[in-house]
Amino acid sequence: MHVIRPAVIFLGLIGLWQLVVSATGVAAFILPGPWPVAAAVAAHWSELLSHAAITASEILLGLLLGTLLGMASALFISAVRPARRWLMPVLVVSQAIPVFALAPILVLWLGYGIASKVAMATLIIYFPVTAAFFDGLRRTEPGWLDLARTMGGGGLAVLRQVRIPAALPALTSGLRVATAVAPIGAVVGEWVGSSGGLGYLMLHANARMQVDLMFAALFVLAVFAVTLYFTVDALLRRLTPWQADDTAPARGMRRFD
Amino acid sequence: MLNGTSLGGIAEPPAIHLQSARLTYGGTALFEALDLVLPAGRTTCLLGPSGVGKSSLLRLIAGLADGAEGVVLDERGAPLDGRIAYMAQQDLLLPWLSLRSNVMLGPRLRGEARDPRLQDRARALIDEVGLAAHGDKRPAQLSGGMRQRAALARTLLEDRPIVLMDEPFAALDAITRYELQELAARLLQGRTVLLVTHDPLEALRLGHRIQVMAGRPATLDSPLEPPGGPPRALDDPALLGLQSELLRRLADARRGWGEKPCT
Repeated sequence: MHVIRPAVIFLGLIGLWQLVVSATGVAAFILPGPWPVAAAVAAHWSELLSHAAITASEILLGLLLGTLLGMASALFISAVRPARRWLMPVLVVSQAIPVFALAPILVLWLGYGIASKVAMATLIIYFPVTAAFFDGLRRTEPGWLDLARTMGGGGLAVLRQVRIPAALPALTSGLRVATAVAPIGAVVGEWVGSSGGLGYLMLHANARMQVDLMFAALFVLAVFAVTLYFTVDALLRRLTPWQADDTAPARGMRRFD
Repeated sequence: MLNGTSLGGIAEPPAIHLQSARLTYGGTALFEALDLVLPAGRTTCLLGPSGVGKSSLLRLIAGLADGAEGVVLDERGAPLDGRIAYMAQQDLLLPWLSLRSNVMLGPRLRGEARDPRLQDRARALIDEVGLAAHGDKRPAQLSGGMRQRAALARTLLEDRPIVLMDEPFAALDAITRYELQELAARLLQGRTVLLVTHDPLEALRLGHRIQVMAGRPATLDSPLEPPGGPPRALDDPALLGLQSELLRRLADARRGWGEKPCT
């Protein structure tokens, strides 16, 4: 069932797309149908792949860096009490600055290469990860901490054995958000200034009126983003197997085997 | 066969002297200048209406005081540090650990989890509380009664001469509670135990000595020592007589601080 459902949704969306194109008779340079786009994907396959590799590495590096930095910050803020009072408000207020507005500055500082896009993705991911993990660390069940105290557990042992595992479900929801928004950071970075990547390819194709290639790039980006999300989601589920989970009936069923 | 004393190596259980305990909450004193003695190697049940400060008193002895103050010493005047095991109403099992690892939580926190003697003891205790077949399961796969059994095994693995229990069986159904009371009475023998409860019958089954805590600020009345050793059979007519006596004391106490008596 978990293969059939996504396939049905995918085909349904393609069908809807074709329906809109056929019903409205919209010009191909505004919205090409699925077939011309599929043809463009086939024709430009190697070009798309090389640009996709650039965008993918920007997203993945950004995810990795943002996650590491976010987790480290959350640990630091929860461990050092003054940091909580001084840094947390700064972090929250910093979210009022639209990250997109920073894109030209990042390109100016870090250049047209991959670094400015990784920085964009990192920035966009950093806050949800930090906030979610910090929240998880702060909300450890007080009874567990009492118990650990009567057992004579040291601060580091309690952190490792109790507080971090207890915060993992919160961290995983932060990471899901991060995974969903990471591609935005990379693509916006590419739009502002770059020499490669799917965002660059889209702008380039647009300028030359290759609308089918533009949609082909968008399609590849969407497929990558969705694949990334579900891969990360599956990994996170494996990381917190004790979490009750309503959206995965297939896992629940296994109990009755 | 394991029981409370044959676990080996537990220190001589101390008596506990709690002196001039006080707790102020929101401007009113819950208790003040309160003294309590827990005799060595005996189970003392602290009975009282909810909100009277029983749990705070227990937490004060456990060193988990949140705002309560007082002097807690053994009969020789030494502090109780490191001699206490604590069991709460919630099982407090960590959901990501297997039952066996949960029972081993103390050693894990102290970095002693690899000690084979402790692993053997954990296995024996899990067996003793009737969970031998479930050692690899996570808490979510166990029933409430099984989880509280696991919590009992975890408490006993600590092998401390003092055990403080805060309404440990309150959330269980009647049958499970009955079974667990019996198990606990057997396994806790020879330790200095403080059991906080609001169930007079539970106190009568398990306590060598019962004290009612009531009033605001709360006071303790003279200890009641039912005949015979715990766990006592519930069909003993003397016990039922004592139960009505305890219920009367509790009801008086309630009237004492201005609430309407239950009808």
